[in-house]
Amino acid sequence: MDSFGLLMQGLQAALDPMILLYALIGVTLGTAVGVLPGIGPALTVALLLPVTYGLDPAGSLIMFAGIYYGGMYGGSTTSILLNTPGESASIVTAIEGNRMARSGRAGPALATAAIGSFVAGLIATLLLAFLAPQVVKLALTLGPREYFALMVLAFVTVSATFGDSALRGLTSLFIGLALACVGIDSLTGAERLAFDVPQLKDGIETTTLAVALFALGEAFAVAGMLRPEEGMHKITGRVRMTTQDWARSWKSWLRGTFIGFPIGSMPAGGADVASFLSYAAEKKLTKHPEEFGNGAIEGVAGPEAANNAAAAGTLVPLLTLGLPTTATAAIMLAGFQQFGLQPGPLLFVTNAELVWALIASLLIANVMLVVLNLPLIGLWIRLLTIPRPWLYAGILLFATLGTIGVNPSPVELGMLILFGLMGYGMRLYGYPVAPVVVGLILGPMAEQQLRRALAIAQGDWTTLVSTPVSATLLAISALFLVLPILMRLRGRGGVLSQVAGDAD
Amino acid sequence: MSQQPVERRPNGAAFVIAAGLAVMAGLLLWDASGLKQDGGYAGVGPADVPRLVAYGLLVLAALTVVSGLRGDLPRAPRQAPAPILWILGGLGLQLTLLHVVGFVMSGALLFGMTARGLGRKPLWLTVTVGFGVSLIIYGVFDRLLRLNLPGGPLEMLIFGG
Repeated sequence: MDSFGLLMQGLQAALDPMILLYALIGVTLGTAVGVLPGIGPALTVALLLPVTYGLDPAGSLIMFAGIYYGGMYGGSTTSILLNTPGESASIVTAIEGNRMARSGRAGPALATAAIGSFVAGLIATLLLAFLAPQVVKLALTLGPREYFALMVLAFVTVSATFGDSALRGLTSLFIGLALACVGIDSLTGAERLAFDVPQLKDGIETTTLAVALFALGEAFAVAGMLRPEEGMHKITGRVRMTTQDWARSWKSWLRGTFIGFPIGSMPAGGADVASFLSYAAEKKLTKHPEEFGNGAIEGVAGPEAANNAAAAGTLVPLLTLGLPTTATAAIMLAGFQQFGLQPGPLLFVTNAELVWALIASLLIANVMLVVLNLPLIGLWIRLLTIPRPWLYAGILLFATLGTIGVNPSPVELGMLILFGLMGYGMRLYGYPVAPVVVGLILGPMAEQQLRRALAIAQGDWTTLVSTPVSATLLAISALFLVLPILMRLRGRGGVLSQVAGDAD
Repeated sequence: MSQQPVERRPNGAAFVIAAGLAVMAGLLLWDASGLKQDGGYAGVGPADVPRLVAYGLLVLAALTVVSGLRGDLPRAPRQAPAPILWILGGLGLQLTLLHVVGFVMSGALLFGMTARGLGRKPLWLTVTVGFGVSLIIYGVFDRLLRLNLPGGPLEMLIFGG
């Protein structure tokens, strides 16, 4: 059957009332966490993973995807009104969006962000639906060495290419890889770094690490900060976009979509990279260069479309190759595994219904999000008025709830606190936390593929570069590793540090 | 994460970070040395990848020392220690008391101390609010969603075994 038929079938499944409810819960939660500064979609999915053990797999995964999409929508609200991005992909939105809010145009800024996200989400999800089966066909021709090369590429782009220091990014990645070694080796059953502690034999839980780094680390960092909170801008004036706003926005939405989707779908950095590139493109192409820096609507429309398109794009490698390229995708992968599902080409064969229901629900979630975000915007803004002490007290209680629910042992809680302190230290000294999570989850997968490839080749390491595909992928990885270092040495690092891919 | 101005003088923190990375590498190598080398056809056994990671960590530790000497690492902004100790205290109390007094009481303490640490006073008020919040959470997650949360005497009294 062709993609269209499968998608229609998926839509039918997605219109089931229970599935609709899961999607609605997902997008609502996603918007809420996107709006709240300090907690992003990665953390929310991590917090909810343990809670969904007993629930329906399809419903839970649809809920997680809804959180991802919702987080991308909600983040723009915080950026525009508070100048503190709700999640990392909205940093660029804060530049122009907050300027617009200061000059009393918060309404149109929020509107163009929401409608742009909708347009981008719609197009990108359709692209996902039509592209995924093609990638699956391609994926079936890949062997262990190609998978290994793909994972190396993902390691490099997540840690070294963007951000302001390759050294710190790589350090974070290697901490993740070291933590990934803990536990029983999946190929030989050898116990590594377990020190006879039963909890360590199972390896380090992705959710414990992610919750600790994102929630505890952030809470410590906020608590230790000395500067006072920033004030919020009230929405004044019209919420509606004028004809001129529409005329200036629609091209930016489309451009943002077509910049964001490819970047998200290649293992080349996440939504934050896409939104920055879109901003740069809009700045170059605008007919109103004087407005950039003072609240140009294109500077909100483009990046917001780009980060939503990229979020849909990251689902391509996640679903078809089982390759997460962002922290949120890495934790969603853990979610799939929790239900005994392994994303990858086989998923489209063995669980075709689930995959297509998931993709179709994304279309529905997108519609829900526009409704949630345009007329109900006032409700979300109220979330921003929750005082910090209550907010973070609640976050910490939920963070420990997840860990206690899975494994109520002092050892697990101790690890949570320890990793939380590590996350705090990393924030203080400018180490990105996302590569740790990606390293922990991709590390064992890369090791397996490497050892399989070597076993097939009887221990001959040159096998890794013996096919054009794997050789090219490794060459690109090397380029992505070396080029940014050269750029920084020549004093062009400013561009890269602005694209810093951090939390999500 | 805000950009800190880079000062060109040796940065003590870099040496601590490098030492931490080196210790991690040492642990990996020490553990790898005790593993049976069982490479099979691949010639690569369970000990080899940890070794590779350890070598990577050692190189990164060395580079961290170099960048510390050159003062390339960002300096941490000044921190207020008291709020952090409040939160740590709350987490520590929860860890030690969880199986003694149950989820609700230990959760109330964590919630209360975190809110207190972030500036909401007095402590008895924040702990009381925390008590209400954790009671609701326990009810929803343990009773409705069947997540197994440890109960103490109080949970037995309210929800009955």
